[in-house]
Amino acid sequence: MSTAIEVENLVVRRGKRAVLDGFFCAVPQGSVTGLLGPSGSGKTTLMRAIVGVQTVVSGRVTVLGHPAGSVPLRRRIGYVTQAPSVYADLTVAENARYFAALHRLTAADADGAVDAVGLSGHAGQLVANLSGGQRSRASLACAIVSRPEVLVLDEPTVGQDPVLRDELWGHFRRLAADGATVLVSSHVMDEANRCDRLLLIRDGALIADDTPEAVKRSAGTGDLDQAFLTLIKRQELAAA
Amino acid sequence: MILLSTVRRILTQLRHDPRTIAMIIVVPTLLISLLSFMYEGQPAVFDRIALTMLGVFPFVVMFLITSIAMLRERTTGTLERLFTTPVGKLDLLFGYGIAFGLAAAVQAAVAAGFAHWALGMDTAGSIGLVVLIAVANAVLGVALGLLASAFARTEFQAVQFMPVVAAPQLLLCGLFVPREEMAGWLQAISDVLPLSYSVEALTEVGVHTDPTGIMWRDLAVVVAAVVVALVLGAATLRRRTA
Ligand SMILES: Nc1ncnc2c1ncn2[C@@H]1O[C@H](COP(=O)(O)OP(=O)(O)OP(=O)(O)O)[C@@H](O)[C@H]1O
Ligand SMILES: [Mg+2]
Repeated sequence: MSTAIEVENLVVRRGKRAVLDGFFCAVPQGSVTGLLGPSGSGKTTLMRAIVGVQTVVSGRVTVLGHPAGSVPLRRRIGYVTQAPSVYADLTVAENARYFAALHRLTAADADGAVDAVGLSGHAGQLVANLSGGQRSRASLACAIVSRPEVLVLDEPTVGQDPVLRDELWGHFRRLAADGATVLVSSHVMDEANRCDRLLLIRDGALIADDTPEAVKRSAGTGDLDQAFLTLIKRQELAAA
Repeated sequence: MILLSTVRRILTQLRHDPRTIAMIIVVPTLLISLLSFMYEGQPAVFDRIALTMLGVFPFVVMFLITSIAMLRERTTGTLERLFTTPVGKLDLLFGYGIAFGLAAAVQAAVAAGFAHWALGMDTAGSIGLVVLIAVANAVLGVALGLLASAFARTEFQAVQFMPVVAAPQLLLCGLFVPREEMAGWLQAISDVLPLSYSVEALTEVGVHTDPTGIMWRDLAVVVAAVVVALVLGAATLRRRTA
């Protein structure tokens, strides 16, 4: 399996702090990779660097063989920000159609994406009038509409009920099965179990990069929540 | 193609906001009606002030609307997301310029038409030229609004830029004190403010039957100011942010 995303020795400063300080990781193509870590650990920052909107101090981020943020990637990448970034004063369908048009796709493609996130019943509704969970699905629709080869999703299932979460994860799995690379950040461990690989990040450092099974095994527990805590404690001891 | 989609998207956003449309179309017309009541019986004074205001209102309204719309793109994260798509900076800047420029053309035509036919505002030159200069002014407001939005973090701050950018131009454009009678340093400031040129152009249309060289030169200065503001605006738009 080849590497879709490669991060080498990445240093990112935000404000006065070094959020990522010599960070390395690699994401295999055609996989669903979970990015996990405590709040403030640098997940969003890493994702922003991968999609090419984060100013970086040094290091290299390569996506599909191109430098992150370079022109050829802009047709091949999809990004869902942590806070839904859609136009509140447009309807769901109008939002999706605009993002479809940016990729020279049709209104029918856009309606398909709206359907895929379970919003076809609200397609004509203004985003401003949607519920929180619906709004983040509208934001997701605008990213998947272009069928990107690399999909970077920052906590896309926050605020969704279990049924919808299950459907969305089914969708991510199908995209990966079709060859797309999906990088998803999450705080929910039962979602992490559905990933092919997990990246555990803490204070801007990678503390685990493995399959969910291997992560649990190395922590000596069958519970991912517990494994996560064990690994963090272990790293704290090593650092002390 | 991307530019066209962006223009359509911005106009659709506007269409969903009838109050803003009403503000754009009705407010200048109402204010000019107010002027006509204030200067009842002094048609020459009304002509001069109404003509100037036809240049000023579109500038102010478009400046405000654009700076807030662009700021929203920044604060809601849509700008960050757009920069991961094939959208170029110029698609975005010209998208706003064209979409709001169209809105401004409607605004200027309604206000100038109303002033001319309903309120009897008299100009020696053609009312079409008045509309043309008013539209150029509105586009100037759009361009400066795009630029100003880079320096505001909140909508509250963006609104504060309005008096900062508009008030000095309005005071020094020659409406209150003729530019020739100002102190030298005030004149020098007035000389670098684009609104001075649009007001002079409008005044030319007011007193000359045919378009004059000064009018065309002034219009060219305004267009040049638009280009400079757009280029500076593009420079402040960064794909990567901290
Ligand atoms: N614009 C900014 N300016 C300065 N510091 C920032 C900025 N944005 C984030 N930070 C800091 O960078 C660090 C990493 O933030 P980041 O958003 O990447 O965390 P995260 O892992 O995504 O957290 P969460 O799970 O809460 O979303 C945090 O300490 C945060 O305070
Ligand atoms: Mg985050």
